[in-house]
Amino acid sequence: MHGFANPARFLGIAKPLTPWLAWGGLLLIVIGAIAGLYFSPADYLQGQSVRILYVHVPAAWLGMGGWTGLAIASLMQFVWRHPLSGIAARAIALPGALFTALCLATGSIWGRPTWGTWWEWDGRMTSMLVLLFLYFGYIALANASDERGSVSRVTAIFGLVGAVNIPIINRSVVWWNSLHQRPSITLQGSSIDNAILWPLGFTTLGFTLLFGAIVLMRMRASLAEIKVDARLKRMAAS
Amino acid sequence: MKAKHQRLTLGVVALVAIIGAALLAMSALKDQAAYFYSPADVKRTRIEPGKAVRLGGMVADKSIVRQPDGVTIRFVVADGADTVPVVFKGIVPDLFKENSGVVAEGRFDAGGTFIADNILAKHDERYMPPQLEGDKHKTGKVE
Repeated sequence: MHGFANPARFLGIAKPLTPWLAWGGLLLIVIGAIAGLYFSPADYLQGQSVRILYVHVPAAWLGMGGWTGLAIASLMQFVWRHPLSGIAARAIALPGALFTALCLATGSIWGRPTWGTWWEWDGRMTSMLVLLFLYFGYIALANASDERGSVSRVTAIFGLVGAVNIPIINRSVVWWNSLHQRPSITLQGSSIDNAILWPLGFTTLGFTLLFGAIVLMRMRASLAEIKVDARLKRMAAS
Repeated sequence: MKAKHQRLTLGVVALVAIIGAALLAMSALKDQAAYFYSPADVKRTRIEPGKAVRLGGMVADKSIVRQPDGVTIRFVVADGADTVPVVFKGIVPDLFKENSGVVAEGRFDAGGTFIADNILAKHDERYMPPQLEGDKHKTGKVE
């Protein structure tokens, strides 16, 4: 792990990896979308509207997975003080917020024809909205940091503390009565029929790879900015 | 080396403590954070008539009766333990049907009938193509 904390070695891996993640992710998303729109059946109860699942579920997964990654990077920054971990956490925040917003938007669009409402304050929706606000708070704190490219310790601690919301989102439909249904995919298996489930694998993996590519690109941009800053300072001094 | 280990211990202990505290608080919230009352909750906790609440459960089999005026419906919400009669005037979502989940917003009248202002449909976590016949489509309970 420490080996990858070296920015030069990181760039050596990130640079060739980025196009593979980006194009591979896009290809899987296209395959999953075509399969989800044309080759999977409609639901017995919801009809065609079930197809929004293929975007909604990956978006929810990346919104929550994003903060999990951000919290791990924050812990690494707090303990080992690697500058690269702060840069990584900061790079995750924006796409994480974007996918959380996408999850809320698709959920709202899906809720109208099925449940009969755009929005209700049940446990799942409320905790997911809190996650979006946590992302906004993190981005604001990160932008207020003086550290070049990385984030302040307060920001890292905020990233760690915000992680309590992740198990709450996950358990919200089990602990409390809610309008949102219980989890379909659990350790015991899936209550989504295989005919409907398989395109979801493509879009979930595809969006995840794309997310990885966006994070790597944002980290490389941060590192490049630091390099430019340092060079400009050297030129001004000489 | 020492400071690093101190920070690791501090970070992990703080994280475990915060998550533990949050989980305890959230699971203690149980009833307060519930989105709706089930018929069994209604029986257990006396809800005063006229107070705005949500009632959730299964629409009982063969219980939907359309009234002569054409826009008012009566049905029964059940949760396996108890039942509550509901009356509603208006348009229901497509997914509102017998043996399926429902959340009704409204208030109780003095006689214990639930007067709904709004009806939401609640579906369960199963998704499957319509060709699958048999018992798989039947919903047993809603949680």
